[in-house]
Amino acid sequence: MSGLLQPPVEPSGALPAEPAGSAGSLGMTTGYLGATAATAVAAASRAKPTATVWRLLLRRTAFWVGAGIVLFWIVCAIFGHAFAPYSPLTQQLLFTNAAPSSAHWFGTDGLGRDVLSRVITGSRDILIITPLATILGTILGTILGLAMGYFGGVFDLIAGRIVEAFLALPIVIIAFLFIVALGPSTGTLIIVIGLVFTPLIARTVRAAAQVERQQDYVAASRLFGEGPVRVMFSEILPNVVPAILVEFTVRLGYAIFAVATLSFLGFGITPPTPDWGADIYANYIGLLSGYWWQTLFPALAIASLVIAVILIADSIEQVLAS
Amino acid sequence: MATFLLRRLGLMILTLWILSLIVFFAGQILPGDPARATLGPFAAPSAVKALDAQLGVNRPLLTRYLSWIGGLLHGNLGTSYEYRSAVEPFVRAALINSIKLALLAFVIVVPLAIIGGVIAALYAGRAADRVISVAGLALSTVPEFVSGVVLIVIFGVELKVLPVTASAGANASDFQQFRHLILPAIPLVLVLFGYIARMARAGTIEALNSDYTRTAILKGLPRWTAIRRHVLRNSLLPTITVIATQTGYLIGGLVVVETLFNYQGLGNLIFQAAVHKDFAMLEAGVLIIGAVYVLATLIADLLLTWLNPRLRLGGAE
Amino acid sequence: MTADSAPSSLSSDPAGSAPALSVTNLDVTYKVRGQDRLALRDVTFSIARGESYGLVGESGSGKSTVALALVRYLPSNGRVSGGQVSINGLDPLSMGRGALRDLRARTVSMVYQEPGRALNPSIRVGRQIAEVFSIAGQSKGEATASAEEMLRKVQISDPARVMRRYPHELSGGMAQRAVIAMALARSPALLILDEPTTALDATVEAEVLDLVAALRQEFDTTVLFISHNLAVIAKMCDRVGVLYAGQLLEQGPARAVFENPRHPYTVGLLRCIPRRGQRKDSDRLDTIPGFLPTPGTAVSGCIFAPRCALVQDRCRTTDPPFFLVDSVRTSRCFFHEQAPDLPRATPAAIPELAGHGADGADGPLVVMEGLSKTFGGSVHALAGVDLAIERGETLGLVGESGSGKTTLARVLLGLTTPDAGSTVTMNGKPLSPDARRRPKDVLRTLQIVFQNPDSALNRRHSVRALISRPLAELAGLSGPALRTRLEELIASVRLEDRHLALRPSQLSGGLKQRVAIARAFGPGPEVVVCDEPTSALDVSVQAAILNLLADLQQTERATYLFISHDLGLVRYLSDRIVVLYLGRVMEVGPAETVFAGPHHPYTEALFSAVPSLDGERPDRIKLTGEIPSAANPPSGCVFHTRCPRKLATGECESTEPPLHEDEPGHQIRCHIPLAELRELQRSQSVPSQGGS
Repeated sequence: MSGLLQPPVEPSGALPAEPAGSAGSLGMTTGYLGATAATAVAAASRAKPTATVWRLLLRRTAFWVGAGIVLFWIVCAIFGHAFAPYSPLTQQLLFTNAAPSSAHWFGTDGLGRDVLSRVITGSRDILIITPLATILGTILGTILGLAMGYFGGVFDLIAGRIVEAFLALPIVIIAFLFIVALGPSTGTLIIVIGLVFTPLIARTVRAAAQVERQQDYVAASRLFGEGPVRVMFSEILPNVVPAILVEFTVRLGYAIFAVATLSFLGFGITPPTPDWGADIYANYIGLLSGYWWQTLFPALAIASLVIAVILIADSIEQVLAS
Repeated sequence: MATFLLRRLGLMILTLWILSLIVFFAGQILPGDPARATLGPFAAPSAVKALDAQLGVNRPLLTRYLSWIGGLLHGNLGTSYEYRSAVEPFVRAALINSIKLALLAFVIVVPLAIIGGVIAALYAGRAADRVISVAGLALSTVPEFVSGVVLIVIFGVELKVLPVTASAGANASDFQQFRHLILPAIPLVLVLFGYIARMARAGTIEALNSDYTRTAILKGLPRWTAIRRHVLRNSLLPTITVIATQTGYLIGGLVVVETLFNYQGLGNLIFQAAVHKDFAMLEAGVLIIGAVYVLATLIADLLLTWLNPRLRLGGAE
Repeated sequence: MTADSAPSSLSSDPAGSAPALSVTNLDVTYKVRGQDRLALRDVTFSIARGESYGLVGESGSGKSTVALALVRYLPSNGRVSGGQVSINGLDPLSMGRGALRDLRARTVSMVYQEPGRALNPSIRVGRQIAEVFSIAGQSKGEATASAEEMLRKVQISDPARVMRRYPHELSGGMAQRAVIAMALARSPALLILDEPTTALDATVEAEVLDLVAALRQEFDTTVLFISHNLAVIAKMCDRVGVLYAGQLLEQGPARAVFENPRHPYTVGLLRCIPRRGQRKDSDRLDTIPGFLPTPGTAVSGCIFAPRCALVQDRCRTTDPPFFLVDSVRTSRCFFHEQAPDLPRATPAAIPELAGHGADGADGPLVVMEGLSKTFGGSVHALAGVDLAIERGETLGLVGESGSGKTTLARVLLGLTTPDAGSTVTMNGKPLSPDARRRPKDVLRTLQIVFQNPDSALNRRHSVRALISRPLAELAGLSGPALRTRLEELIASVRLEDRHLALRPSQLSGGLKQRVAIARAFGPGPEVVVCDEPTSALDVSVQAAILNLLADLQQTERATYLFISHDLGLVRYLSDRIVVLYLGRVMEVGPAETVFAGPHHPYTEALFSAVPSLDGERPDRIKLTGEIPSAANPPSGCVFHTRCPRKLATGECESTEPPLHEDEPGHQIRCHIPLAELRELQRSQSVPSQGGS
């Protein structure tokens, strides 16, 4: 569910003694935190100034489609209450489960609430929670990943096992444990998802950092007396930023995915706040009675947002890796 | 290579141990009282206290952890607070059900995705590639419950072609069971397809651009022979890695799909345990899931090591 | 001024014999980011049957493109946009797929630079070679037998065992032999070699080149040899074509072209390379001003005009045709007759610079004792190395793969921690084995210029930031003092102010290396380690960097540890030379003495193995076997397994010879005393090629 778009590749450590013959890399194993081909992104983005990146990005259809959809939902989140035909909370008990009609384009749900209005305004919470959660995860994951990639050794081994342990559990399940423990609330969701993302992002950052660490400029910086913090943040981090950027956007997409899923399972955003996942949760029983509009439209809304974010992420990755 | 395997095994055990710590302590920070959660808000305090003592809630943390671990290693997965009986048979039955569903999903998605990815690579940059890549990408990001709902609406409700619940009933034939599992398997297939296909594509492209493929073609081999003999065996190695790591995502998807289709698998079990605050069941279930994932990656590593001569045999002479 | 010779549009071709390869007016275009770029322009040459033709050029010259175009294997964004090719009378560019396959299988074969990558890592070597025979229609058993026979022909001693191996289990030299075996399996009419030995060690390279020469005779194959290495081409080829930015500028018999070049580019190129024992004390190398044009830039007139000292208006407007220099040579220059007198771009005279030369009065600057480094408990990269570096000198460090030269440098710098018992002292004071524990005033004194500027310079930092940082950290400079020093440094490496704001990716290789040098010299080091500082650069750029290093040594009074595999460069720049083999010092001494002899048998073999533009040494010492693995060094003298002068007494196998000083300043690790070696080497008597 929380998939990375890039393949896992284990960077092979080479002995400093001159190796005779060439060494193409084909060796890959899963066990040690698989790196991602975000390292390829980091490597290939060597020569790209930011202006060029933007220019190439704006040329891609996928980017426009994705950005357009995201922008649309952001507008809905901010101004939705203004242009939604009804209030999302108003219950019209005489018009429950009404099929789509000219009065209610998306029909009404079991409590007579207009589905269209709920779909429009349902974007708000998810668009607040997910970026915050992703930012939290990115900051923590970057710090952890840089440290693991730079220091290596025992620290990396131990931290790596912990990260792997977290990776062994799907987001949803870890989220269960902690949300059941701490109770569902916006704050909890942000923290839990942020923490769950930390190991995933750390894995990517670690791999990219390891590639950078092999470069001579890191050795040179050691000869200039630069301390580890300086090396990690001033030397390595700028080179790893492209990979982080791609990771961030991908994670954002999967954060939406995760929050929606958690809401669907009843562990996310709580009613009566309009939320797509929660609405599906509340209404999917209705499928048996044939009330398909109550679940289909929120479902499509979720799908559109996730796909849009992933399209943006993919475009960024393609541009940086070309 | 033997040292490598031992090392991997050792690290795996370490990971499992840390996993157990995470699961256990997550359970411990849950607020409230297990006995109270089981007996409900109206039970008498004395009954709650008695049950607490019976459940051993008041022992020191370390003791509780050790006894839990000890029990695990003996196959005792604890006692369900809700059902007041051993967790183990529930978990075992649920695991088997989940495995059936997961296996079906895998059997469908792996060949489909590999073929899709290889085709996309062979026609890289052209229409076939764009379609497969974009479609794969888009589909993989649709949450399982979304696609599940859409499928139910289309195939179950409107067309009434396939059953919408995954359980066929206790005495159903194998074919019936299979029929019931098709719809639930599809959302899983959709999510996994994109990622595996993308990996197969990347691996194939890298192999196609490699020096050894150039050598093969310049030897005078026909293109298809070169692809069959030289490209595929190298391009599919990374895909094995990916398939293993997909197990985790698959399991996550199982939670949703099993709930949606009302299937008594491990995902559903965990979900219900969470809802009912049955910590013993929850912990056991989560641990089993984690163990399955770790095992899957180990198998993938072994497979990879066996198939890749570089890893199997070591360095230059 | 003599009249211009009549231009000729045909390459010289021995009259009467139909050529094995004929290329006429070949144009190749690549589509990059939507734009068409011409990578090859009007290339015309031909190779007679049985002849060996060398195509020489720097990066971006298009030499590999020629090879790929001939077999129609250009990348998807490339295409032949003009001209014709004929191989054995057949036209590869217009034939159908089946005929093309047949051509590739039977008529043309290619060998490339990285043998390990040219073989499929998942298939055993034997099967890959046998595949060639299967295509020819042989049965599986026959193909296997034929493959084994081919391996024997390329002098692999245990073919059956090698057949069962996977490519990664073979050393570079052995893998390249296997690739050559595959290439010659069906006695192709044309063999194309694209930098076949660039990735190999010197002694291994020599063997492979000898093999190619021998097989060429045996199979009577026509050879197209592509390389950037002029010496290798001089050794292997009958005729040569000089390629520059996609155009052939000069053609003719190899010997003639290299001894008496007739195009300003060729003249300039040859002057960039140290020849005939040239040394930094005698004169500076000449350079070619300007930069290589970016591939595909539109050009009016002669493509070399922007960099040519003989340029006139005519050159800028009209593209010169080929002129006949004599009956067998052509040159694409209006002024080919004046070419040998091309004015120098860099004066030969050594500049008078402030600073003083070597001053050993205060004792050695750096002393390394008992230096050992073992990786993973079994790989002995260094074993008990004792070495001193004198103040102000350039110590050249020479060795092949596994010699430990990089490890030595890293230990000195503190980037790798040596085994216990190793000591490194500088100015009499011991240095901490870990650079992170060395105080800043110590770090100041030891700096490095790395081989690859792309890796050595943080691509996210501007040039200003790159050079300023060590100044701030180690020299404690800031504000105006920093700015002043920055400007001094920029000037000393001949960069300009406008470069300060740029990032490394916006600079050429040569400029990047200058930045790296400025950075290294910034803090005012006493010792600068130069680890293959010019290996990643083109020949025309190398010379400028070497001159710069020589000049800086004077002004900054620096001491160099100069590591290189290029013996010509080492000889040019070094005062003393150390020869390493398998982590042990084999010989130390003044540069000229070590080069001229007498020398250690390994040194002797190494020097005779490297091809030189100045002609082949008459009695080449051919070493057999591979360099032993550092994890399993031979007993006694580690060189005994390949030594052609191994003693019959068995002493070499049982006891490791000590490093003894037979002449002042000249140490050698051999059981044979120096005087005796002098006798043996003077009479050039080499016993029947010894070694295993």
